[in-house]
Amino acid sequence: MLNYIWGGMILIGILVSAFTGNMEAVTNTTIQSSRDAITLCITILGVISMWSGMMNIAEKSGLIDTLSNKMLPLLKIIFNELDEDSKAFKYIATNIIANMFGLGYAATPAGIKAMVEMQKDNKHKEVATNSMCIFMIINMSSLQIVSMNIIAYRAQYGSINPSEIIGPGLITTVVSTIVGVGCAKFFAYRSR
Amino acid sequence: MEFISLFSNMIIPVVFIVILYNGYSKKIDLYEAFKDGAVDGMKVVFEIMPTIIGLMLAVGVLRASGALQILTNMLSGLSDLIGFPNEALPLTFMRLVSSSASVGLLLDIFETYGPDSYLGRFVSIMMSSTETIMYTMSVYFMSIKVTKTRFTLAGALLANLSGVIFSLYITKVVYGY
Repeated sequence: MLNYIWGGMILIGILVSAFTGNMEAVTNTTIQSSRDAITLCITILGVISMWSGMMNIAEKSGLIDTLSNKMLPLLKIIFNELDEDSKAFKYIATNIIANMFGLGYAATPAGIKAMVEMQKDNKHKEVATNSMCIFMIINMSSLQIVSMNIIAYRAQYGSINPSEIIGPGLITTVVSTIVGVGCAKFFAYRSR
Repeated sequence: MEFISLFSNMIIPVVFIVILYNGYSKKIDLYEAFKDGAVDGMKVVFEIMPTIIGLMLAVGVLRASGALQILTNMLSGLSDLIGFPNEALPLTFMRLVSSSASVGLLLDIFETYGPDSYLGRFVSIMMSSTETIMYTMSVYFMSIKVTKTRFTLAGALLANLSGVIFSLYITKVVYGY
């Protein structure tokens, strides 16, 4: 996907610049933006490292597991079509908690295991079950509590209070997740 | 709205307290774990470096050539109709398709309008409360060879649309635009 988008963006840009007479600006930009990219990476390096250091403590001390277990009762309500003792529950919980903490590398493997577990009880292997669809929608509705990357970018571009967006961002995340679960349950109910 | 800004300032310290308290009570070596994690974080940044260079280049070319402006103007009829900031429309669409390409457009907005502007705050909140759909869906469903994904796309789009609309609303309410 990015293969086409990326090349397309540059080609369209150059083509348009031929008509708008901005060829010189485009040439200068190629140098400037590559330099800016490295400056940006160096400044976000500190923030991202600090955050993943903290998150590693959370993971090593079993905080992710503890929180995952606390989620199970809620998940049993949302995924009422899964077997009571399905292994998928544990993986779904880990995926959601890891996503909340922005631990993408821990979230994806758990999420895929959850899908594999759900696929075992699926009668039509090429068709997604209701539970799979609901899980995917929750997964894609954004769950992250603190988007450290966005805060680091804001800091780099001179924001006075880079972290001021945490509160509004979290409220919005909760809203979109609730809408996601609501829609998913509605679609699942209707397709029964 | 005092409460929301207080909350924003408190959440990182609170997360730290919870993590450290839990770490001590489980008797793990906190400092070692922090250092290991920090190294991993550095690796992540080094890994995304080429992506950031590539995409800032692409967005830079689009902006300098005037193409981004033309696109924004073309979409302005649509966004005026629904009261949506024009300049954020390309980013909003890109967000659904590619996480890294949308970061390129986000940084362009920060550079042009500033992160503390109406637009800068809105896109910050929007980016932190929406998610890339196409890529995630294909990774998960392909891993178990499911081809009929039924209502997944519709549900995910609705969830993200609500995230976009609500972030616009909350930006206006919290920052009084």
